[in-house]
Amino acid sequence: MWLLRIAWRNFCYRSLSSILTTVSLALGVALVVMVLAVFGIVQEAFSRNAQVGYNLVVGPKGSALQLTLNSVYYLSQPIENLPYTEYMEFFNASERAAMVRKYGGDPKLGERDGKYAAYVSGGYAIPLALGDYLGEYRVVGTTPEFFEKLRHGPTLEEPFEFRSGRAFQAHSEENGYFEAVLGFRVARRMNLQVGETFSSTHGDPEGKGHGQGFTVVGILAPTGTPNDRAAFVNLEGFYLLENHAKPLTGEEDIVPPTDAPEDANGWTPISIPEREVTSILVRNGNPMFGPGMQNQINESVLAQAAAPVGEINKLMNAIIGPMLAALLVITLITCIVAAVGVLVAIYNSMNDRRRDIAVMRALGARRETVTGVILLESLLIAGIGAVAGWFLAHAAIWFFSEEIENRTGVQVGILTTSSYEGYIFPLVLILALVAGFLPAWSAYRTDVGSNLSA
Amino acid sequence: MSSSEPLPAAEQQPTLQITDLVKTFDQPGGGKLTVLDIPQLRIDPGEQLALIGRSGGGKTTLLHLIAGLLAPDSGSIRVAGVDLAKLSEQGRDRCRAATIGYVFQTFNLLPAFSALENVQLGMAFGNRAVDTPRALELLSKVGLADRATYRPSQLSVGQQQRVAIARALAGRPKLLLADEPTANVDPASAESVLDLIIGSCRDENISLMMVTHAMEVTERFERVEELNALNRALQHV
Repeated sequence: MWLLRIAWRNFCYRSLSSILTTVSLALGVALVVMVLAVFGIVQEAFSRNAQVGYNLVVGPKGSALQLTLNSVYYLSQPIENLPYTEYMEFFNASERAAMVRKYGGDPKLGERDGKYAAYVSGGYAIPLALGDYLGEYRVVGTTPEFFEKLRHGPTLEEPFEFRSGRAFQAHSEENGYFEAVLGFRVARRMNLQVGETFSSTHGDPEGKGHGQGFTVVGILAPTGTPNDRAAFVNLEGFYLLENHAKPLTGEEDIVPPTDAPEDANGWTPISIPEREVTSILVRNGNPMFGPGMQNQINESVLAQAAAPVGEINKLMNAIIGPMLAALLVITLITCIVAAVGVLVAIYNSMNDRRRDIAVMRALGARRETVTGVILLESLLIAGIGAVAGWFLAHAAIWFFSEEIENRTGVQVGILTTSSYEGYIFPLVLILALVAGFLPAWSAYRTDVGSNLSA
Repeated sequence: MSSSEPLPAAEQQPTLQITDLVKTFDQPGGGKLTVLDIPQLRIDPGEQLALIGRSGGGKTTLLHLIAGLLAPDSGSIRVAGVDLAKLSEQGRDRCRAATIGYVFQTFNLLPAFSALENVQLGMAFGNRAVDTPRALELLSKVGLADRATYRPSQLSVGQQQRVAIARALAGRPKLLLADEPTANVDPASAESVLDLIIGSCRDENISLMMVTHAMEVTERFERVEELNALNRALQHV
């Protein structure tokens, strides 16, 4: 106990030097913790959101990563669109026939099962249509099934809950085809409430605004997923916006719809040949069918199927992981430089201390005791620096937590820690012991006689 | 000697018994310089001895040898029955912490510590636990009870030396070594310092060996020895 007290008194006595050295170490530790936090946030943001219940994302041929990024994370630009008939391939003959009756199209489409219908049986296929924005946020055209069938949370068992309102309907009496549900962040940032309307812009956040607006009928509770940052609109309404219907060539065989309701303003759904989807979220009824279906889709002319988890792992392993590892190495070097600072600070003070060491020796302290005092002082600087750095980093993370959540959907608290942080404290203490060794050795070798007489 | 090795039991014998002590130092040009060659020196329990001698005569070296800070080339130094010459450095450290108090000419208080903590340091390295009431009692005895929390830099020179005396007495030593303790204090303080050292040693039956070259100091001692007379190395010069 007295050794610690002596070390602490030495720390306080040379307070300026001690504090500056401690601060440099704290900054080094804070950097490491923040890099680890960024690493954790990025990893968490990508990996947990890659698992939202579906196992495949189907889209046009192109980059599987880009398909994953724009369909799962609402990042990057959509590749292209798929004809609606590709989406219909996931349904059996009766479901396809119902679509023809509802939207109008070639009656032959309803005469056979879709190519992938058997694979999906018991699961789901949910279409997404991207391309519009609400402010900086993506507008996602989809069906009410999105809210009924998708799940989130660590066990993928949590359904979407509404902070207020309800899910949109394919057609409602009051709002026709133009209903929308807002993600939690979108509603907050855009200051929109249930009952209010908004118009999306086409192509990019500064694009041309559509005249037709959507009425907000629901606001999602926070999910910590990219869905917090999206505005969901009814796919039928999305298709009805200006320039969203694919132009017809005149060669299409279209039978007019028989089951489509007309809303108060005379809108009816567009026909199947006019429809496109950006991507399709697919869950196989039996997960074992996933790889077979993925292969079959990838062998097709138009579409590709990507497994979001695999794509994100590839991204992490190929780019983000090494980048963060390099960043971590740099910050660890910062820590080593700070530890060298500890060495220099203590070693430079050794000339002033030799007399003190000699006095302690004359009072009965052993060589090992005075050596221990110096090492303890080094450990004190390291310990205080490490704790201060840890708190500094977590305070900074907490300070920016709202921004982090806005941008990534990951919720971080002041005590959200990375599993790697447990190694920081022992590592810093080892560095301090190494740094303290040289001055401690100098203390060990201090000649008592000459320093007492000096 | 390992740290767990028990100290040999002290016998009822002199506090200090030096026999055929020789200490040499390497010379810059090669060869050895004998600085101490003392056939006999004995101090009994409670006895107070003033050792006088000229500067550079080996007085401080002798104190360092008796304190176990230096090892002799040959001969024996028995402190409270323990032959320091036969102990390892660790053993000498333990013996010093347990049996010897040391008052320096330049006080050598640790500047980072308060007066009280400096006194406590006198007990921190021995086998006994740090006894704060005793430290406070000693500070009171040297007239500095109200300065316990003061740092050395906040004390006068005389007060610093009184804290150093309290520190030397803190570990309940059997032998107090004082190396010209009045050399750096004013005459009035010197008298007070002498009173304290001599009185405290008498009160606690501590043997005292004070090195000095001030004749007025020696007048306070019943026994005065000249190092020249004890040290054969000086007699050959």
